[in-house]
Amino acid sequence: MSTTATTQDRLAGNWNFAAAHSSADFAVKYVVSTFRGSIEDLTATLENGVLSGSAKVASIKVKDDNLTGHLMAPDFFDAEQHPEISFHSTAIESDGDEVTVDGELTLKGVTKPIHATGTLEGPAQDFMGNTRLGFTLETTIDRTDYGVSWNAELPTGGKALQDEVTLHVELEFHQAA
Amino acid sequence: MRILAISGSLRRDSHNTTLLRAAAELLPSDTEVVIYEGLAAIPNFNEDDVPTRPAAVQDLWDAVQEADGVLISTPEYNSSIPGVLKNALDWLSRPLEDSPLRNKPAVVIGASTGMFGAVWAQAETRKVLGAIGARVVDRELPVPTAHEQFHESGKLLETEIEAELVISLDALRDAIEARAARAG
Repeated sequence: MSTTATTQDRLAGNWNFAAAHSSADFAVKYVVSTFRGSIEDLTATLENGVLSGSAKVASIKVKDDNLTGHLMAPDFFDAEQHPEISFHSTAIESDGDEVTVDGELTLKGVTKPIHATGTLEGPAQDFMGNTRLGFTLETTIDRTDYGVSWNAELPTGGKALQDEVTLHVELEFHQAA
Repeated sequence: MRILAISGSLRRDSHNTTLLRAAAELLPSDTEVVIYEGLAAIPNFNEDDVPTRPAAVQDLWDAVQEADGVLISTPEYNSSIPGVLKNALDWLSRPLEDSPLRNKPAVVIGASTGMFGAVWAQAETRKVLGAIGARVVDRELPVPTAHEQFHESGKLLETEIEAELVISLDALRDAIEARAARAG
């Protein structure tokens, strides 16, 4: 990719979301280690330079079914009342492979601005003649800003679960040959 | 709407059961209050028996499922939730994905003969309900010195406590109505 291409040139047109090549994960410190989970049911659009995405809360996956149940509950994501997490960008700036994305994240019914950084690769031709574009983005949010405020006191003082949560997404888009 | 009322005390003249009856009197006529009377028959929780679910547990499970909301009145034993109540909630929590308490609006009230009106037991009951996935109203209703609080008829003597109880009951009704509205 030539670094002289503007962000607008690179993102121009309408792109198809490649779900199989995309993922969304979260990581949060719990007592002594970092707990990770993923959101499996994910969709996104990239149209004329605007990146939008949504994810189904019910598809949050962690390694413990009972914890999944608790995460769906009002204590955490309240899946019944707020079944979707959504995002849309307000500004995307790239410089070579580096990219910053500003936008608004809606989680548990609360919308807040976020700023994500990462890489933007492509447009690149694959061996089928399709054009591919890939974002790798990361940001940190304070979950309590969105009302995801469950916590537990540790016996020696302090809280079990950190407020800061790292969100990491890989989003790939295609344009047919 | 139907509210299942669970007293955390098995005692025949339980102040908490009396408090539930007083609460039932304060609710409007469109609200049916079912006072659950099977707590003493619930066996000790054993995860081995979760797949078969003992009959007494199934009765409680069905009663929660058929209710639009749950009202729990708890005493406080040794600064915490009574074992019989926690035991029943443990049964209702497994398997967690199927629990009839998931998303169920719930409010916790409590009476004790001490000065604090079972506030710790109420807080812990709310915590447990939250972990199970209930839609727990963030309010407490402490009835301290419970042996002095009720008229022979079972009515609360202090209008201030009665007014607070009405606020808690209204919050439960609001949560039930909001959930019904979301479900369309």
